[in-house]
Amino acid sequence: MSTFKEQPARAPLRGRNIKLLLCLLMAWSLSFISQSVFAATSSEPRALLEALDTGNFQAKGVAAQAIADSDAEQKTRWLQALLDGRLGKERRGERFYIVTDDSGREWPIIDAITFEDAGTGTRRTVDIFKINNDLRTQIEGLLASLSLSAGDEASRLAAARQLIGEIEADNAASVRQMRNEEESDAVRQPLDVALALYDVQQGDAEALDTLRGNLDTRIRNTLVPIAAGDSPLAAEARSVLDGIESKRVWYDRAQTLFFGLSAGSILVLAAIGLAITFGVMGVINMAHGELIMIGAYTTWLIQQALPGQPGLALALAIPGGFLVAGAFGVVIERTVIRFLKGRPLETLLATFGLSLILQQLVRSVFSPLNRRVTSPEWMQGAWQINEALAFTLNRLGVLLFCLAVFAALWALMRFTRLGLEVRAVTQNRAMARAMGVRATRVDMLTFGLGAGVAGLAGVALSQLTNVGPNLGQSYIVDSFLVVVFGGVGNLWGTLVAGMSLGVINQVLQPWVGAVLAKIIVLVGVILFIQKRPQGIFAPKGRTS
Amino acid sequence: MTTTSLRKLIAGSSIALGLAGFGTAAVAQDEGPIRVGILHSLSGTMAISESTLKDEMLMLIAKQNDAGGLLGRKLEPVVMDPASDWSLYAEQARDMLTGDDRVDVIFGNWTSASRKAVLPVVEELNGLLFYPVQYEGEESSENIFYTGAAPNQQAIPAVDYLMSQGVERWALLGTDYVYPRTTNKILEAYLKANGVADDDIMVNYTPFGFSDWQSIVSQVKDFGSQGKKTAVVSTINGDANVPFYNELANQGISAGDIPVVAFSVGEQELTGIDTAPLVGHMAAWNYFMSVDSDANYDFIDDWVAYTGNDQAVTNDPMEAHFIGFNMWAQAVEKAGTTDVDAVKDSIIGVTVPNLSGGASTMMPNHHITKPVMIGEIQDDGQFSVVWQTPTTVAGDAWSDYLPESKNLISDWRAPLRCGKLDVESMTCEDGPGAE
Repeated sequence: MSTFKEQPARAPLRGRNIKLLLCLLMAWSLSFISQSVFAATSSEPRALLEALDTGNFQAKGVAAQAIADSDAEQKTRWLQALLDGRLGKERRGERFYIVTDDSGREWPIIDAITFEDAGTGTRRTVDIFKINNDLRTQIEGLLASLSLSAGDEASRLAAARQLIGEIEADNAASVRQMRNEEESDAVRQPLDVALALYDVQQGDAEALDTLRGNLDTRIRNTLVPIAAGDSPLAAEARSVLDGIESKRVWYDRAQTLFFGLSAGSILVLAAIGLAITFGVMGVINMAHGELIMIGAYTTWLIQQALPGQPGLALALAIPGGFLVAGAFGVVIERTVIRFLKGRPLETLLATFGLSLILQQLVRSVFSPLNRRVTSPEWMQGAWQINEALAFTLNRLGVLLFCLAVFAALWALMRFTRLGLEVRAVTQNRAMARAMGVRATRVDMLTFGLGAGVAGLAGVALSQLTNVGPNLGQSYIVDSFLVVVFGGVGNLWGTLVAGMSLGVINQVLQPWVGAVLAKIIVLVGVILFIQKRPQGIFAPKGRTS
Repeated sequence: MTTTSLRKLIAGSSIALGLAGFGTAAVAQDEGPIRVGILHSLSGTMAISESTLKDEMLMLIAKQNDAGGLLGRKLEPVVMDPASDWSLYAEQARDMLTGDDRVDVIFGNWTSASRKAVLPVVEELNGLLFYPVQYEGEESSENIFYTGAAPNQQAIPAVDYLMSQGVERWALLGTDYVYPRTTNKILEAYLKANGVADDDIMVNYTPFGFSDWQSIVSQVKDFGSQGKKTAVVSTINGDANVPFYNELANQGISAGDIPVVAFSVGEQELTGIDTAPLVGHMAAWNYFMSVDSDANYDFIDDWVAYTGNDQAVTNDPMEAHFIGFNMWAQAVEKAGTTDVDAVKDSIIGVTVPNLSGGASTMMPNHHITKPVMIGEIQDDGQFSVVWQTPTTVAGDAWSDYLPESKNLISDWRAPLRCGKLDVESMTCEDGPGAE
């Protein structure tokens, strides 16, 4: 079992990467091109590519380096194709190919040396050169250095950041020289940090000041052994380290709070529609989760109709999800719930049946497989505040969306005629009817509104999780929990309850694990309801 | 007519009738179709994974019939749908194994929970079950053939590979049920035996379908930023993988920083994910669709033609059924009958080609030999094999790394016939050899 194929040793590879980074920086600041440093090897293209045809990743790394150092015109394209897994050799043949499109089973291919069209190939006929993680990192570096003889600021900055913790005796002088010739402040700063860290390792106490309060984990990891040791710097290193740690603790708390709020925002979105139908109308709607699912599927359908424009599709899905789920809600209210008024148990059973029907409907129409909703660019990645604090954009987006939906709903209830009528019907149905409010119409619209908001929750969830027939089931229990905890019929209660349950859950999770955290929250809510059955916010006035 | 002659007549005719009855029964057994049970969920949460295996079995059976069937008889598939309900698996296995239309073999199950439910049924009614999915081990039944990987054919080699890549800290993340828990227990024992400190191992379990990964991923990120090379070993199952990988990508954890090696993510699961940010994360299996062998290319061509879908993918459990079906067919040819006891004996030692260009053999412990491969995810949703064992590895039913099972072996050959034999005390705890 222990007879592995030979693996590239990590240390030399790392050394090579560092040299590369230095080249990157030097290429610009000393304005000479990396190619001129390395003696241009004899560059028979075939021989260069031939060297890639090996199962040994270390040998492949050497071959890729040779390509980068050669003066072959095609080298950038070769390395890019190698990186993309599109460079290969004819199986049982001598030609090299680049696959131009590997999406289907028949690939259009071109000759790798002449770039002439070579017809089509398949897995059977083209043997693609494989790369692994280490090689991938190396090729990315090579490509960066090739395209970067000019060196823009962003790539110099990235290279400078990677130097932190990597400076050694043999390259310290050249980095120092580079730092002095660097014009951009932004690039100079990480270089300063990198050099200070090196100086501290050499025993320079003054350099510690530069590191004070820096949150980069590499600095902490370097300082820990120094602070634990008995060098003259130990005491001061300890104080710097304490400063860093206490700062990190605060950012960690902020991070946890963000996680909690974003988890809470999902709960609020899922529950707030229910707060309207269950809280205001008193209907126990077990099909609420499936209305969420319908919103998510609407997002997927709109995205299918607008290929390549996930941003626009998402924007259209917001009204789309609301209207489609709302329409389902109105139909459900007209055909089922209206006839079961005042019979909560029968409503519960009927809506539970409905939820199964809707799930099976989706399975039959769209297949039981999950659907993939692509997130637009601006919903991917994270907003990096500093080394210790980052907000993932999809979660941030959902949090803001939740607050917007809440504000809109609150304004609707507070300022519009519909809101007034809904509140009137809730407080005293008979009196409201006597005053000329058409209670049945209000019921229909309220239920449609609650369903529409569930649809909006589905749009948001499509950005975070799987869109599949079971999507709604995972949220129905949580939704009821939030509504009951918050106080039935109270929008503010739902907001506060959802957010606080989210935060509590996220605080507990790292300690006790996800399963136990959920149990603790559930037990906590049950105990709370025992003590205070009306929830956090009691409904004001008399409800008849 | 005297009473005696009447008696003789009755006796004679009843013998004749009996013989005639026996005759028809014998004819029915030898000339009717061979019935092959397929017990995979076609609805419910497991339908995503299992319905493909049902289609594959139908394809294999159709192909065998085109080639003339088995023992001159046709094969007839018997398909049932246990609807992702573990107890329904047991009920339907009982249906398949009783009555006149008893099946001769069952191919089925995915989750360990469903296998554990079916196990007593196939043992009681003496059926044959071929189980095609990687599992936690610590089990060997006389009536079950495990064609998926045991932990030593997947988890242990994957960890060995990561160690050779310089990984020193380990985050073991799993879904909260029997397979991840047992696998992680084995891995923890194995890592500690290899000198990994307690502090360098983090274990975390999440519920099925979990989607709120942010704080756990952030915890892993923190765990991995302590200056030692860190890897995640993931036994996260099913749906939960999509939000997990999305969160990894969003929090900026690339395979270069903290690689994830998964045991339950295959080509099928990746069809639901945008793989561009995941390039370089790994999976350990015994087969990948990208494996370079003519056997594999032929199989893919057959599968694409059968499904009529140009984008259809193949995966490891499909290879397991391919191997299992061919082993069973060969064992039936060898025994000359579909009789369960005869096939059970004849199948041990049977060797059939696998899809990666080699061959797999059925071992006496009802597990098979397989090569182990590590694949890195590519941007087209396929894996590229970066490492594989030079030879095949035999499945080990009882892990050598757990104190309670390290002395146990399983050998179903005569005269031992034991699924749980303690080699120190030579006592058999399970199987006919126990008596």
